[in-house]
Amino acid sequence: MSKAQSSSDRIPMNLRTEALEQLLVERGLVDPQVMDTFIKTYEKDVGPLNGAQVVAKAWTDPEFKQRLLDDGTGAVAELGFKGPQGEHLVVVENSSAVHNVVVCTLCSCYPWPLLGLPPAWYKDPAYRSRVVREPRTVLNEMGLELPKDTEITVWDSSSEVRFFVLPQRPSGTEKFSEAELAALVTRDAMVGVAQVNA
Amino acid sequence: MTEIQPASGVADMGGDSGWGQAPIIDPDEAVFPEKWEGRAFALALLSMRLSGSNLDAFRHAMNRLDREHYIDDGYYGRWLYGAENLLLDSAIIAPGAVEARAANIAGGDVDEPPAPESTKPDYAPTAAGSIRQIDAPRKFTVGQRVRAKTMNAPGHTRLQKYTQGHIGTVTIAEPAQVLPDTHAHFIAENAQWVYTVSFDSRELFQENAENFTLNTDLYEDYLEAAS
Repeated sequence: MSKAQSSSDRIPMNLRTEALEQLLVERGLVDPQVMDTFIKTYEKDVGPLNGAQVVAKAWTDPEFKQRLLDDGTGAVAELGFKGPQGEHLVVVENSSAVHNVVVCTLCSCYPWPLLGLPPAWYKDPAYRSRVVREPRTVLNEMGLELPKDTEITVWDSSSEVRFFVLPQRPSGTEKFSEAELAALVTRDAMVGVAQVNA
Repeated sequence: MTEIQPASGVADMGGDSGWGQAPIIDPDEAVFPEKWEGRAFALALLSMRLSGSNLDAFRHAMNRLDREHYIDDGYYGRWLYGAENLLLDSAIIAPGAVEARAANIAGGDVDEPPAPESTKPDYAPTAAGSIRQIDAPRKFTVGQRVRAKTMNAPGHTRLQKYTQGHIGTVTIAEPAQVLPDTHAHFIAENAQWVYTVSFDSRELFQENAENFTLNTDLYEDYLEAAS
């Protein structure tokens, strides 16, 4: 900002946001109902349940899984998932040999159509700065201890490509339905800071 | 046109130390823990259109924030300040207007500056989104060794400083996209090929770094052939 403000005269963010909204709404530049729609979309409709459906389908349908790994954008569009921050999706598969984890060190790019808006931990400077330098240590601190011989691959977004992790299917779920499997899949596993447990 | 300012200060934090322990995951976190965060999110999306700018200009508008404004009010704090930067750049709002209105909402009685005459950039994208169809041949191929250039020019870039000067291998040929470095400043789209490049952690950091692979998707202009 060009105007230097000291911390002591900082305007509380709820007030600052209300001020900007008033200024734009009273001139007819912004429609508050459009704002409500944006907010509701990401509170109710677009979230990690989308990604969980994709993962469960990939675990139960080998042909879909192959399409997902070959052309992520096209495969998830089959399920109706597309939109802002989903222009080009690259899906990477976790295995016992390789563990993938995603970050955006420069801002907090995230595959919105599949996961919604990013959670606090993903936007945390400690995660953004450190996971590209010491991922094993960061994952340990976040509660994920990987076997020593599992290779780690970190994906950092620079362009509009968005990365999405296909987690490993947990053992003991051979008889689970697609819906039962989807219920196991967490947001954090689809970014690569957790694994899916049965 | 937006005044070109240093690319990014605090935002380009990959590889930095000093940010403390890794965060604790809250699986039940609300999408917008505070109501203003949702309003700021929506206002920022709309401000990109209102100001006649684009997503890259918005990212640069956040990267121009000082550390306090970037960090202290969190993710949607910087979205709101970034949106204000776009609206100030295009003279949709006057300097001081937000502060004056906030003071009046809080019960004050201060004069508010009049709405200025807007000065939106004379620039429009050639298509929606960032992906473009281009005819140019790719400069690099999968398997080729490339070096991430060192970027000293002022202005926006998406080439992280921790990759600059380092050698990696092209692993994925990605679609062509508009170049943020020029698109953010309303100069040109410069649509070009993008490549995911794979770096060894010990090439990026030091010999005793943790052993892992770092992949990042970089624009053709960011790369040069390495032997």
